[in-house]
Amino acid sequence: MTAHEISFNPDDRFHAFLSTVKKAPYGEGKLSGIAVAVKDNISTLGIETTCASKILKGYIPPYDAHAVQLLKQAGAAIVGKTNMDEFGMGTTTENSGFGPTLNPHDPNRVPGGSSGGSAAAVAAGMVRMALGTDTGGSIRCPAAFCGIVGLKPTYGRVSRYGLIAYANSLEQIGPMANTVSDVSLLMQLIAGHDRRDTTSYDRPYTHTPNADIKGLRIGIPQEYFGAGVDPNVAASVKKAITNLEELGATTVPCSIPSMEYALAAYYVICTSEASSNLARFDGIRYGPAADTLKSWHDAYRDVRRAGFGTEVRRRIMLGTFALSSGYYGKYYAKAQVARENVRKDFARIFSEVDVICGPTMPTIAFRLGEKSDPLSMYLSDILTVPVNLAGIPAISVPCGKVDGMPVGLQIMGRPFEDERVIDVAYAYEQAVRL
Amino acid sequence: MVTKEDVEHIAGLADIGIDKDELGAFTGQFNAILDYFDILDKVKGDGVITRDLSNVMREDIVEPSLPLEEVLKNAGGQENGYIKGPRVMQ
Repeated sequence: MTAHEISFNPDDRFHAFLSTVKKAPYGEGKLSGIAVAVKDNISTLGIETTCASKILKGYIPPYDAHAVQLLKQAGAAIVGKTNMDEFGMGTTTENSGFGPTLNPHDPNRVPGGSSGGSAAAVAAGMVRMALGTDTGGSIRCPAAFCGIVGLKPTYGRVSRYGLIAYANSLEQIGPMANTVSDVSLLMQLIAGHDRRDTTSYDRPYTHTPNADIKGLRIGIPQEYFGAGVDPNVAASVKKAITNLEELGATTVPCSIPSMEYALAAYYVICTSEASSNLARFDGIRYGPAADTLKSWHDAYRDVRRAGFGTEVRRRIMLGTFALSSGYYGKYYAKAQVARENVRKDFARIFSEVDVICGPTMPTIAFRLGEKSDPLSMYLSDILTVPVNLAGIPAISVPCGKVDGMPVGLQIMGRPFEDERVIDVAYAYEQAVRL
Repeated sequence: MVTKEDVEHIAGLADIGIDKDELGAFTGQFNAILDYFDILDKVKGDGVITRDLSNVMREDIVEPSLPLEEVLKNAGGQENGYIKGPRVMQ
């Protein structure tokens, strides 16, 4: 081993990784020599990047995503690419084209998704930190199910350059780690302006977590503790909120009426964007080669039939349908209005409170195979998707266990107040530690 | 209510490929999901949303990009520095 590479040969019994770098180079900086895992939908120069899809098997990106470039500049060792639901489409990591990841707390259960590999790699101690992506909860859900910390940054705060797009208007790259301090450290390194992402804002993150939350006003939305939320999970989260009150915060009941149709709006928008984004996977420029002797419809169809998994094909078809002539007004246009209503609901509540708290997920981690019906899997995203529709920051921090499985406290904040949700998570983490 | 024929048509539009024996399951799941989407009928308004956003313009200046060999590295079919596609005429 030289001074500037680390050996990485983990015991990957939970199938967290799709590929690993046995000798990972690193440089000088804040993360010098620290092993960081990267979700497999984030481009890494010279390291196979598949989005857990057979349609990208063998694809070696000729460039780094902006976030990866920044990590390397900070000295990090990129040690591998983590498993995920194919293209980010799922809540369990069972939709990987290369087999599911298992939950380190109970291998008969899913790690959550879609960043399940990143969460499991951190939870199992294989890496100190990881990058995930969050389109409708894909960082927060696996963070909650695996008992780690995960931040979905404000939309625009972290460059999406090099992130293989699934639903551009919703998704963000974000940090995952065992502690709030490490999530904050990673956020310091990846946030900031990048002109290669046209939705990138010039809002660097230079914050260090501060546990003083005296006077903080917390909104408690009734919808986050209503029907469909496991009472034991709700009780764990309420206890955590009581801890925050003991630290000097006050709570205010509130309501997000647009949650009635937020999930439907989310699935119309994400499948519509996916149907357009995933048109690029045709076997011509990358991935398994198309048969150029066939006519182009036949060639594309055969490559896509063989390369895409069932859930990806389902979402492409749903999106194609939602955008098709005669249905656009009923689905896509209404979903955009619904999205605006969600944004307005949050804006109204945030004029009276500083953060909103609730459970990250309505239940603990599912058993493998439990969510085989697509609609029942979609419904489990109800508490995470409103954040993506509104573009606001949200963090999931562990808050106890139910039936031996971790529960996540979700803290949502005003746009560009990632610092504040980090502080609240930090205050809670420091208060309950040990 | 979508039919098997509708699903087959959509699969054709999306160049996704679908087998006859998959149509039943996809159609059933589609109808369950679309039934759920009907809740959007309750949403008032027509989708015209105005935001205080403006376009950011810049000069079109040529900058360094990836070398040709890097760009072609992942393409299955190539010829004389071009990527080869399927035929457009029979």
